[in-house]
Amino acid sequence: MKKTEKLITNTIRIAGSSSILFVMLIFIFLLKEGLPALQDISFSTLFSKRWYPIEDMYGILPLISGSLIVTIFSMVIALPLGIGTAIYIGEIAPHNVKEILKPMVEVLAGIPSVVLGFIGVLVLSPLVRTTLNLPTGLTALTGSILLALISIPTIVSIAEDALYAVPGSYREAAYAVGATQWQVIWYIVLPAARSGILNAVMLGVGRSLGETMAVMMVTGNAPTLFSRLEAFVSPVRTMTATIASEMGEVASGSAHYHVLFFIGIILFLFSLVVNITSSSLSMRPKRGKDQVVS
Amino acid sequence: MKRHAQIVFLLISILLFAACQPSGQSNSESKDPADNQAYIENKGSDTLVNLALAWAERYQQINPDVQISVTGGGSGTGFAALINGTISIANASRQIKPEEIESSREKGFDPIEHIVANDAIAVIVNPENPIDQLTLEQVSQIYKGEITNWQDVGGEDRPIVKLSRETNSGTHVYFLETVVRLGSKEDKNIFSADTLLLPSSEGIIAEVRDNPNALGYDGLGYVTDEVKMVALAEKPGGEYVLPSAETVINGKYPVSRHLYMYTRGEPQNAELAYLEWIFSAYAQDIIIELGFVPIFGK
Repeated sequence: MKKTEKLITNTIRIAGSSSILFVMLIFIFLLKEGLPALQDISFSTLFSKRWYPIEDMYGILPLISGSLIVTIFSMVIALPLGIGTAIYIGEIAPHNVKEILKPMVEVLAGIPSVVLGFIGVLVLSPLVRTTLNLPTGLTALTGSILLALISIPTIVSIAEDALYAVPGSYREAAYAVGATQWQVIWYIVLPAARSGILNAVMLGVGRSLGETMAVMMVTGNAPTLFSRLEAFVSPVRTMTATIASEMGEVASGSAHYHVLFFIGIILFLFSLVVNITSSSLSMRPKRGKDQVVS
Repeated sequence: MKRHAQIVFLLISILLFAACQPSGQSNSESKDPADNQAYIENKGSDTLVNLALAWAERYQQINPDVQISVTGGGSGTGFAALINGTISIANASRQIKPEEIESSREKGFDPIEHIVANDAIAVIVNPENPIDQLTLEQVSQIYKGEITNWQDVGGEDRPIVKLSRETNSGTHVYFLETVVRLGSKEDKNIFSADTLLLPSSEGIIAEVRDNPNALGYDGLGYVTDEVKMVALAEKPGGEYVLPSAETVINGKYPVSRHLYMYTRGEPQNAELAYLEWIFSAYAQDIIIELGFVPIFGK
């Protein structure tokens, strides 16, 4: 019996540390393949405004701006909807409605993004073009709506879990002193579930930032730099779409190859920042009032 | 219980062994003397992929002991795979670049070029668009961003949405050199930044079909009845010509090119037989069926 216990402990230990190892290895690989870009290409070229790799123009600013526009705008759409849905499912909906809604949201999470991309090209993009009277429907807005659809299920299920984790005694205490349902949700449940909800938001941001296929199909992929407000309804090119569509063609070891990995490093840094913000935000209240919850 | 696990393990290992075998063989480029089976891996240009598939299907019907697998991905992707040795025939809609020849030589072979078909690049618009003809210079100015409204080329007051293939497409490079730069080697103009780069030929057709503002280009084999081809004139005041097999072979249509297959060194055995068959009248007829242009006229 002791032997098997030891074996199990060791297996779990290896499993745990291997994930750290993999992340490290991926990061080292990214650095090894991406950093030579700074050697191959001057800093001013790398941070210029034009991306056209077959003429050695490697300006990554339009790609960064494209990713940011699409991600931020998708969150503007997804956050109110996602957290609203979570509150409805977790706090307001009667039991039988909840039993239907929750699995539905999970099914939505399981739809492959390519399928959503198809719907985006065939249905959403013509709709965006005709309703807003735009020159083309392949725009940042179309991509943002699709990304919102993709990230809402993640946000809903994690935010709902966070709401569920708030002890029933909190609500009962609030109702006992005469609070309305809205007051309970707004002043008691949401603050208590704050860290979990922030986590949901950050995972949603990460999902949007990293999504590739659907974005590549509907954003038009024109590497234009954000200059005016119209950029929200113009075509953009994201970092992920650039890597996906150009990776297959580059000769390994060329400047273009290194720049694509450099873009990978930037994406990695972005998601690192998102993760660090989310964990530092969700850590903070733990010391104070949230202590009781855990 | 233990015996059960052993049997399962045995079964899995047999399955794995069986699954590994054909994939191990597919790397070999020539005929396997043991069972007379030959595998040809064929990859590259998206322009050529439908034609290559049709050829492969017919050829396998005639020669059941030859297996040909065809995938797309773009001319650059095909050359990369040829250099890395994962395929034996690369499809391309552009000629091989000097850098690619160099890296092939580093790997120890000379890429050999075979012209297998001709293609015309059709400039296409939405059927609602009243524009029927443009000069090459007008198309170039539009893609460079100097003309942004259909009004300036005799159309309606609508913005022009420019569509192009991604930069890894041979069609993109060909269009850049022949149309945007009008064939001049010194010209360093490129597509304007707001040109939409779509990942597939079908994507361009779909957007042109739906969007009356759109201007796109695509290989003649991809053009459907749902979009309208524009007649092109090489010089202002010249004759406007619509792309067709006839106008490509007689040289009147200005935007036509060869389509290629590349082999690792001189083709041998199965590949040689396949390429010889491609030049036969029967295989060249398939080209016409698919909307491309054969290498010799009738």
